[in-house]
Amino acid sequence: MTATELTLQATRMPAVVAATSPTVQAVPLKMRARDLTVGYSGKVAIQDVSIDVNQNVVLALIGPSGCGKSTFLRSLNRMNDTVPGVSVSGHVELDGEPIYGPEVDPVLVRRRVGMVFQRSNPFPKSIFENVAYGLRIAGVRDRAVLAERVERALRHAALWDEVKDRLQESGLRLSGGQQQRLCIARALAVEPEVLLMDEPASALDPIATAKIEDLIAHLRSELTIVIVTHNMQQAARVSQRTGFFYMGRLVEVGDTTTIFTRPKERETEDYITGRFG
Amino acid sequence: MPAGARKLVGKVRHGDRALAAATVGAAVIILGMLAIILLDVIVGGARTISWEFISQPPRKGMTEGGIFPAIFGTVALTLLMTIAAVPAGVATAIYLTEYASMQSRVARLVRVSVANLAGVPSIVFGLFGLGFFISTVGRGIDKVAYGGQSVYGRPCLIWSALTLAILTLPVVVVSTEEAILSVPRELREGSLAVGATRLQTIVRVVLPEALGGILTGTILAVSRGAGEVAPILFTGVAYYLPQLPTNLNDQFMNLGYHVYVLATQSPDVDRTKPLLYGTAFVLLVLTFLLNLIAIYIRSRSRKRSRASA
Ligand SMILES: Nc1ncnc2c1ncn2[C@@H]1O[C@H](COP(=O)(O)OP(=O)(O)OP(=O)(O)O)[C@@H](O)[C@H]1O
Ligand SMILES: [Mg+2]
Repeated sequence: MTATELTLQATRMPAVVAATSPTVQAVPLKMRARDLTVGYSGKVAIQDVSIDVNQNVVLALIGPSGCGKSTFLRSLNRMNDTVPGVSVSGHVELDGEPIYGPEVDPVLVRRRVGMVFQRSNPFPKSIFENVAYGLRIAGVRDRAVLAERVERALRHAALWDEVKDRLQESGLRLSGGQQQRLCIARALAVEPEVLLMDEPASALDPIATAKIEDLIAHLRSELTIVIVTHNMQQAARVSQRTGFFYMGRLVEVGDTTTIFTRPKERETEDYITGRFG
Repeated sequence: MPAGARKLVGKVRHGDRALAAATVGAAVIILGMLAIILLDVIVGGARTISWEFISQPPRKGMTEGGIFPAIFGTVALTLLMTIAAVPAGVATAIYLTEYASMQSRVARLVRVSVANLAGVPSIVFGLFGLGFFISTVGRGIDKVAYGGQSVYGRPCLIWSALTLAILTLPVVVVSTEEAILSVPRELREGSLAVGATRLQTIVRVVLPEALGGILTGTILAVSRGAGEVAPILFTGVAYYLPQLPTNLNDQFMNLGYHVYVLATQSPDVDRTKPLLYGTAFVLLVLTFLLNLIAIYIRSRSRKRSRASA
């Protein structure tokens, strides 16, 4: 274990479960972005984004296509580092610790801030091995421990009952919705503190989407979720806070009910009432 | 233009037909030549092939007997070449695709070298092997380790294998690169997102997924290298040897070279002709076998990736 990991762990916050109707300011901070600017080969994609991510709160990010939602999300777990030509400036903290600090290993950030992608991307391995992947990577060898944590992750992802008799089958044999839940289980298996979800239901039918939304509601008590969605009803259903992105800027962020009923900014109102985007 | 002036009946597709005829003609000529060559070798060779031919050394100044030493030498050479070329080629491809940035000077240099290496005539590789491996490396080893005695500073198996490996390397690099680049970005990101390092991602996700493509390309490269004669001409192949090579610094016999020897150096061409056909036949069969394996692996990995789509 490296020194960075030790200090990161030492500063972890105690879990506080948000009340059903959260007065968000009372909830502790999990992540914090300040003046975050990201560019691809010099072209700015998001500019001066500052946002707080509260613990055990679902934060939804909405906005028209190309406004920088994915870019922002991917800079919360340093996934953008893998894109050639990317430049990041500004500040992002996880439990008060800068994740872009010079000593920080992005791999350790990603172990604590997991991610689920728009297109489900199971490995061409068995269902079991898909979920066990992150555990094996982290050095877990004990079969009993692996089996137990795979089961827990699959239960969490509401997939256990559907796959418990076919764990050795290829993950690619599952339906689209099941594959996406498999990917959620894979992310949950390493017990991240934050889960980033980039349009996790955009390729799914209404029933599979409802399952994922249920899942988010359940997971909230255990971790912090940031979800990008194009679906305004979905944002309203699953999130407590909502941020609206427009042309690379965060126009407005606040309680979901406020954003959807009394937005402060004209652009937000235009977008949620469907006047553009 | 009034509508009536635009006619529907007529001939505007002359060019199309001519081109179609020309391409079909070209294809027929190529197929025909291939068929003639194959038929000739198969008909001529099949008569010679026997267990004795495959398992016995040549006798009576190569006018009788078999070609076992040449088969043995070819297989040993191909194996050694594969052992040398594949790890280096795969490692180079991994470096180029996964680690080098697009602007990296080193990567660009490696790419240019690989591309140019692929265009060098194979006889030049033979001269390079003679000048570099034998005269420089081999003699150097002799001077340092054997007190100037000629042990490695002469044509032998290992230098031929390394020369062939360099000839094969560009194809291995390029086909491995293609296989690695065809692994979807989403899979890599899925691995990185659960906290895998780049190396873990390469070893556990990228390489297994690219394996089919890597194997196919590698086997095709190896099968091409296995039939080359020019690179081994000055670096280790022998006209005739009474015993099989047992050390890396022994000389060896080789099927391709044996064909050449039988065709040009025989005192009695009529008596060696059946042997000549038989040797060519065996060489073809070995190459086809490698290609068949490659085709099999490719079709299997295609099926797998189709299942994942
Ligand atoms: N890998 C990349 N290389 C270059 N430019 C990129 C890259 N990824 C995103 N961009 C650009 O950055 C801007 C923001 O893209 P981003 O993917 O963050 O938008 P988004 O809000 O997620 O859109 P969508 O809703 O369509 O997913 C766009 O102009 C896009 O073209
Ligand atoms: Mg996006």
